[in-house]
Amino acid sequence: MAHPIVKLVAQRLALGLLLLLAASVLIFVGTQILPGDVAQAILGQSATPETLANLREELGLNEPVVSRYFGWLFGVLQGDLGTALSNGQPIGPALGGRLANTLFLAGAAAVIAVPLAVLLGLVSVRYRNRWPDKAISAVTLATISVPEFLLGYIVIYFLAVQWRLLPSLATVYDGMTLGERLYAIGLPVIVLVLAVLGHMMRMTRAAILNVMQSSYVETAELKGLRPFTIIARHAFPNAIAPIVNVVMINLAYLVVGVVVVEVVFVYPGMGQYLVDHVSKRDVPVVQACGLVFAGVYIGLNLIADIVSILANPRLRHPK
Amino acid sequence: MPETLLEIRDLVLEATSYPPGEPPKTVTLVHGVSVSVEKGKVLGLIGESGAGKSTIGLSSMAYGRGGVRITGGQVLVNGRDILKIGPGGLRKLRGKEVTYVAQSAAASFNPAKPLMEQVIETTLISGQMTKTQAEARAVDLFRQLGLPNPETIGKRFPHQVSGGQLQRVMTAMALCPKPDLVVFDEPTTALDVTTQIDVLAAIKRAIRETGVAALYITHDLAVVAQVADDIMVLRHGKTVEYGSVQQVIEAPREDYTRALVSVRSIDHAEKPEAPPLLSIQNVTARYKGTNFDVLKNVSVELPPGQTLAIVGESGSGKSTLARVITGLLPATQGRITFAGRDLSPNLAGRSRDDLRELQMIYQMADVAMNPRQTVETIIGRPLEFYFGLRGAAKRQRVQELLDQIEMGRGFADRYPAELSGGQKQRVCIARALAAKPRLIICDEVTSALDPLVADGILKLLLNLQAEEGVAYLFITHDLATVRAIADRIAVMFKGQVQRYGSKSDVLTPPFDAYTDLLLSSVPEMKLGWLEQVLETRRMEAAGN
Repeated sequence: MAHPIVKLVAQRLALGLLLLLAASVLIFVGTQILPGDVAQAILGQSATPETLANLREELGLNEPVVSRYFGWLFGVLQGDLGTALSNGQPIGPALGGRLANTLFLAGAAAVIAVPLAVLLGLVSVRYRNRWPDKAISAVTLATISVPEFLLGYIVIYFLAVQWRLLPSLATVYDGMTLGERLYAIGLPVIVLVLAVLGHMMRMTRAAILNVMQSSYVETAELKGLRPFTIIARHAFPNAIAPIVNVVMINLAYLVVGVVVVEVVFVYPGMGQYLVDHVSKRDVPVVQACGLVFAGVYIGLNLIADIVSILANPRLRHPK
Repeated sequence: MPETLLEIRDLVLEATSYPPGEPPKTVTLVHGVSVSVEKGKVLGLIGESGAGKSTIGLSSMAYGRGGVRITGGQVLVNGRDILKIGPGGLRKLRGKEVTYVAQSAAASFNPAKPLMEQVIETTLISGQMTKTQAEARAVDLFRQLGLPNPETIGKRFPHQVSGGQLQRVMTAMALCPKPDLVVFDEPTTALDVTTQIDVLAAIKRAIRETGVAALYITHDLAVVAQVADDIMVLRHGKTVEYGSVQQVIEAPREDYTRALVSVRSIDHAEKPEAPPLLSIQNVTARYKGTNFDVLKNVSVELPPGQTLAIVGESGSGKSTLARVITGLLPATQGRITFAGRDLSPNLAGRSRDDLRELQMIYQMADVAMNPRQTVETIIGRPLEFYFGLRGAAKRQRVQELLDQIEMGRGFADRYPAELSGGQKQRVCIARALAAKPRLIICDEVTSALDPLVADGILKLLLNLQAEEGVAYLFITHDLATVRAIADRIAVMFKGQVQRYGSKSDVLTPPFDAYTDLLLSSVPEMKLGWLEQVLETRRMEAAGN
């Protein structure tokens, strides 16, 4: 008999795929059917009936919705995301480059934010209700409370304009070294870190404090262990599941929610790409972006689920 | 000249509570208690809940649980006052010089770490031994405590080991760093009697062989009589009596101690057999989504106005039987007749009279009542629901019921949080009684109560039975309770009825093997009982 974890993980994966399929239906329905006539939207008020009819024919809009959906879905499954209406180029390569940029930005922010948030959470628990805890809470609360675009302009004003430490525009292009790239995205990374730090830190603190109530933490205290050892060795391993969940939600936010930050810093990522093409009414691009965002979101949450399963000793070591 | 290891002088403990909407209240939990333990001796601290026994025990590690503060007195361990040694000094004391065994080992082990890592943790930190040496010592202790597979049990996780075994592993964890004093805080209370006797024997042997001194905290005088050299009886944070185990058990000086020693004074004459009110025939049941029967072919009968005690250990299916009778878990096979009619296996298929005539009382009275309703609302609800009583008529009936459960009429406006454990259980009894039932299922109703309070509840139940002619199906793991109130007894084991009949028949030898084990495992309030039982068992095993 297979290990029960294999079954649980397989179930989660299957569920994730199902969710992605459902998301693809919603995206398709949302972009194709709700706005009314796509051709009209593309050509605008001045379109003549002939050009409209031609464009509809060209786009295959005369076919039934269901067959259009499956046509699109099979294309996507074969790696063909379709062609952008605005410039006639295939979407795949352009989107790939943008996605790589976004993942680079989000990844850099995550590498700083996740360990920092967990560490600050541990420190908060160690000094709970004393000044380090209160200071950490106050600062992180303040940074999530400020809207990101404002945070963006504040860091631009101080770090780029006043002190000239980092560039205000996050311009990246091919051929940059890693160091140059990291320097270029310095400011957006800072804004993103500040935006997600508070949530993760507070959840880490709450999850560990919850575990600190348990009898085995009292046992550890009565063993004469150092406070930080108790938190790190006895409390933290039992708080991993809730922490991973909140970390993943924030990572998903870093990828999906960077639109505003990318616009502020003119960074060539997915967000900019999406916003540009929404304004051009380029439906296939919007669909492709939606699908990628949905995939990232579902994928990260799937990872959170699987890590939670793996972190549970009862599931990892069955009787 | 014996060396004094632990000396507590005039200890005063306080706690501050913060009731919502009121100024903080400071309560004194322990009023000037003095204790002394010599090297290698065991002192039993005994008392009811709230007597301060655990609090005193933990003060020997200068630890206050949940905001308890040591505000007066001295605690001397090996001659130095540990209240003055600071956090660093305490870290060296705790887990090395003085160690602790908690009531629930299942909750006291970190679920994410294997047992061995936790057992040797302090030994490694203090640098007493290398990892290999510490592990070898742990394995020795596992063997000494009679754990199965001592070599490999350390690799297991807490959830992979049974409750009784975990309690022994925790004892090994406490003994591993070679402490001078171990505080045992109700180490066998959460265990079944047949498990308790083994753990008790293992703890006693380990104490004797390692020569460690111990504070043994329990509410069960019969248990402490088996392991202690001296006993201190505590009540409301004060010493009632302090003396050698022999003196306290055999010649108690104080009334309170005498009451504890002679608890379960109820004498109940068995009623004659009669045609049944409730008849359960060949009932089999299983939980949804499982493939194994929790009840197998159970048949018992209960005449009106009598008490059928269902006895067994945790997991024997006694509470499941209650769920089947009440229709919460429909039986897969078998038949239940009640007052001459067939009861539908499903709750949904039962008439209002079926529901009314069959009431239930639970172990945890405080979670069985809505904390935001007054006693009058709680007791009045069945009056409204079954009899349509309102206003003055309802209030009148509530008052009568309060009289019946021997509580003042003034309690009608109180909330559950303002009642003691025994009072809460009385209100639950009144609520069941309000429906004028013919049968009340009592699921471990006295298990969470102190012995003297439990005794009062049992007396009340017997009086009510005499007045109202109500029958009880009494589920319990406590054989003393069974002796006190049962007319008929069914002994359950692994979902089957092992032995069934009138009380006198069931409790008279010859016994089947399981009933014998169960009956002989119940601690008796006499010195040397533990050795006697173990000796008898060894002889029998050798004889076979």
